[in-house]
Amino acid sequence: MLTPPVADLALVADLDALLAEHGADRSALLPVLAGLRRRHGEISDAAMQLVAARLGIPPVEVLGVVTFYSFLRGGSARHVVRVCRTLACELAGAPDVWARLEREVGAPAGEATSDGAVVVERVHCIGRCDHAPALLVDDRALDDVTPADAAALVASLRGEARPT
Amino acid sequence: MTVRTPMTLSAVEAGAGLRAALSRPPAEVVDQMVASGMRGRGGAGFPTGLKWRLAAEADAPDGRRYVVCNADEGEPGTFKDRVLLAKHADLVLEGMTIAGYAIGAREGLLYLRAEYVYLRDSLLDSLRERREQGLLGREVAPGFDFDIRVHMGAGAYVCGEESALLESLEGRRGEPRDRPPYPVVRGLHGAPTVVNNVETFAWATAVLARGPEWFASIGTHRSTGPKLLSVSGDVARPGVYEFPLGVPIAEVLRAAGGTDAKAVVVGGAAGSCVPASEFGRTVSYEDVATGGAFIVLGPDRDLIDVAENVAEFFADESCGQCAPCRLGTVALLDGVRRLRAGNCTPDDVARLRRLGATMRLTSKCGLGQSSPNVFLSLLEHFPADMRVPVGTGGE
Repeated sequence: MLTPPVADLALVADLDALLAEHGADRSALLPVLAGLRRRHGEISDAAMQLVAARLGIPPVEVLGVVTFYSFLRGGSARHVVRVCRTLACELAGAPDVWARLEREVGAPAGEATSDGAVVVERVHCIGRCDHAPALLVDDRALDDVTPADAAALVASLRGEARPT
Repeated sequence: MTVRTPMTLSAVEAGAGLRAALSRPPAEVVDQMVASGMRGRGGAGFPTGLKWRLAAEADAPDGRRYVVCNADEGEPGTFKDRVLLAKHADLVLEGMTIAGYAIGAREGLLYLRAEYVYLRDSLLDSLRERREQGLLGREVAPGFDFDIRVHMGAGAYVCGEESALLESLEGRRGEPRDRPPYPVVRGLHGAPTVVNNVETFAWATAVLARGPEWFASIGTHRSTGPKLLSVSGDVARPGVYEFPLGVPIAEVLRAAGGTDAKAVVVGGAAGSCVPASEFGRTVSYEDVATGGAFIVLGPDRDLIDVAENVAEFFADESCGQCAPCRLGTVALLDGVRRLRAGNCTPDDVARLRRLGATMRLTSKCGLGQSSPNVFLSLLEHFPADMRVPVGTGGE
């Protein structure tokens, strides 16, 4: 197994902590990757190689998992806003919320703003159809969202640190 | 949280179901579940007691068996499990414990979708309290150790399919397995595994607490017990409703304030579109079977928008493993867009119908098999909305 060149000692320390918490076997892969994604943003090639080496699996398997799950992909911004695009939310006005968000953010879906603060994504059902249109801001849910709410949200996120 | 009708579950006392279970041998607990007639509340409707019996009787080479709670509630329009986990987590965790006792498992896993991460801390609190009360952990009963872990998903609709969920729990891509063997025989880490929906575990607790006769007295002969329904869309009062199975669709619409509806998508993206002329049909395994999603479509909706939204959903969420689903979902989306643009001949529509039938027959898992349902039901009931060219005969 290749030992990847790793300069990021904080990453190594966090990985050790995650392996201690979730166990150092294959079934810990998703929670470990989710933890790295949360603390360090985008899961880098070096991080994937390191995880693979620690779990004793081929790096390509880690890549396969990262690219399969939408919450493990991406991550270049401090905050992720996920706007539900599925039926109940669409019926309730999600397209208007989305249009306003895109204008406020000034970056296309999936791309971080130039200040690195926010990335917006259109996602499928987040299970809050009784409060449509709804969205997720990092780990929180925001219900019955209006376009004005969306604009205010972006403004406040620009001033906030990455959630821990 | 919106719960719109009084829930029977609210009246089930925490602890009563587990006490009742532990007072009898495991096989009798399975018998009680069989006697209740309960079928799985996630949508597929497999008899719960039979599932437990199969897992209890399956050969476990290293003695290990697992109980898995499917809290990967990703079906569009479904949110009852979110409400249950927020308001009645104890009943869900207790149902898992009862299942563990019944099948001889020591370990339970609750697979929580990433979109519900805000529920995680309260679930962990509930688990801690149950350990402190001796309802989880070592010696829950003489010779019975059982504990539960929460395992977070990472965003993939297909993981709601039970074998894909098990792959995900093992740290892999959530690609469905070949079945058989079914999870009750070879599930998590190859061991016999019961995978049930969140709501199924909650009702299992109620069955043990109140007796199988009580449960079987509600609903219809073939569809016993109460069912939670997630109602959204063009209604005055969206929320979670509890009804006995066998309830007519019209009655649900009356309760939620949506009697002027043009149609209802029952069962979410994997369900089907029921037109107003059929609102007398019932929510039951013998008629309109569903995991409980009602997305109500008001009189002014253009239903080709529904077709396109659902087609986009499946084109995105197909895991890509088998060709009928990977290619078919994209071809159906293209078909909907061509219909909208007026670029479909009668022959094209016939081909799309055949494609849908092929996907139902040949896709590997429920995702692909159910992906044409809404499209096909819209073609059948709303040809004008779907811009079906005049002269197309049904096949």
